[in-house]
Amino acid sequence: MPRPDQPWPIRLTHWANVPLLVIMAGSGLQILAAYPMLGPRGALYHWYPFNGDVPPAWLRIGGWLAGARHWHFAFAWLFVVNGLVYWTYLLIAREWHRRFFLPWRDTRNAVQTIAYYTRIRKTAPPQDLYNGLQRLAYTTASLLALVVVVSGVAIYKPVQLHALTVPFGGYDGARAAHLVALALLALFTVGHVVMVLLHPRSLADIVTGGKPHG
Amino acid sequence: MADGRILTRRAFVAVAVGSLAACSSERPRAGLLGVAERWNERVQRMLFDPQWLAPELPASATTAAGELPAYYISPGPPPMPPGWRLRVGGLVATPAAFSLDELQRMARTDVRVRHHCVEGWSAVASWHGVRLRDVAERVGAAREARYVELRSFDSGYYSSWDRESAFHPQTILAYGMNGEPLSPHYGAPLRLYGAVKLGYKMVKYIDELKFLPTKTGGYWEDRGYEWFAGV
Repeated sequence: MPRPDQPWPIRLTHWANVPLLVIMAGSGLQILAAYPMLGPRGALYHWYPFNGDVPPAWLRIGGWLAGARHWHFAFAWLFVVNGLVYWTYLLIAREWHRRFFLPWRDTRNAVQTIAYYTRIRKTAPPQDLYNGLQRLAYTTASLLALVVVVSGVAIYKPVQLHALTVPFGGYDGARAAHLVALALLALFTVGHVVMVLLHPRSLADIVTGGKPHG
Repeated sequence: MADGRILTRRAFVAVAVGSLAACSSERPRAGLLGVAERWNERVQRMLFDPQWLAPELPASATTAAGELPAYYISPGPPPMPPGWRLRVGGLVATPAAFSLDELQRMARTDVRVRHHCVEGWSAVASWHGVRLRDVAERVGAAREARYVELRSFDSGYYSSWDRESAFHPQTILAYGMNGEPLSPHYGAPLRLYGAVKLGYKMVKYIDELKFLPTKTGGYWEDRGYEWFAGV
């Protein structure tokens, strides 16, 4: 049976990510509001430009610290399960091959796409489901999700799962990585939405599945 | 296939909307968030390794004086009541009331580990005192005492711990900090200090220790914060 551009497991996990990311980001920012600084007491990270700035209320979910923590640690499970379902499907259905960025295959196409978008190049480079730049963006987003989850588990259990904090340079490094990964994911989401608005067909495809591919 | 898909989508939306309706930020330990907390407590108990020690840090890691916040719920640091003693009771063979001097004559344990506050900050200080499990042994705490409740003279502030975390080798009843006697700011004359819980579980100004068969609550726990709060 021919498979559509966007098979249903991908559509399902894609759309589940919308409320899950909103809840995780909103409750995370409410947690951040309790101590809106990065770095340990007495040794703040000066590279962080927003030390002392509380995230605006309209971005926060959970009302207060305890409320937000419960939202965060409840929906974290769903976010992780959703991600595992997505990656498992990519693997067993071999979908990763046409979605993930393989440097030796996609770098040239990604560069050409950038040249096209910046009007250096007149014609769009040839592509199948995605161009190289899309593959790079989606793969980066997937890796950022991995970083956000691993750093999140590290700051949830910095003693029992101490080893997870090590790649981040300890608890406070992991906490900073957790926020930076969120910021980059938010940046990706903005770019993603802008591109979708410029190419409405892709929006139709992620809702209906799109035309079947051989 | 088409029907199945529509049902799946409808069920998905129904579950999603129903789930959100069962989440209340004001009462986060009830409803669906409460179910998740009980599940998370099971996971945390499973993750807890009574043998695993938090890394001991060098003296150079100590947070600068004045940078380590001190919280109490009374308007100011509550003064030590005259004739203070640590009362120890509940499921014990011999209930006792220890003076500070008696506690200081017991084996001393030093702990310098990273402190994790529920607010998100971390800090380091060194603490010395007597292991809670040594006190438990002294009074003959029963096997059935699965929980330990700690009460204070700080306007009724209290908390309670699972036995395994309370008996962890880095859980101490501290009477000293950074080489000095504990100051009123940080919980004098006696406070709980531990490596395996968030800061609000470490009761300051302790005057009573109870070994109990069932779980109780705590000042912040009763207001909606997680009860287990392991790190």
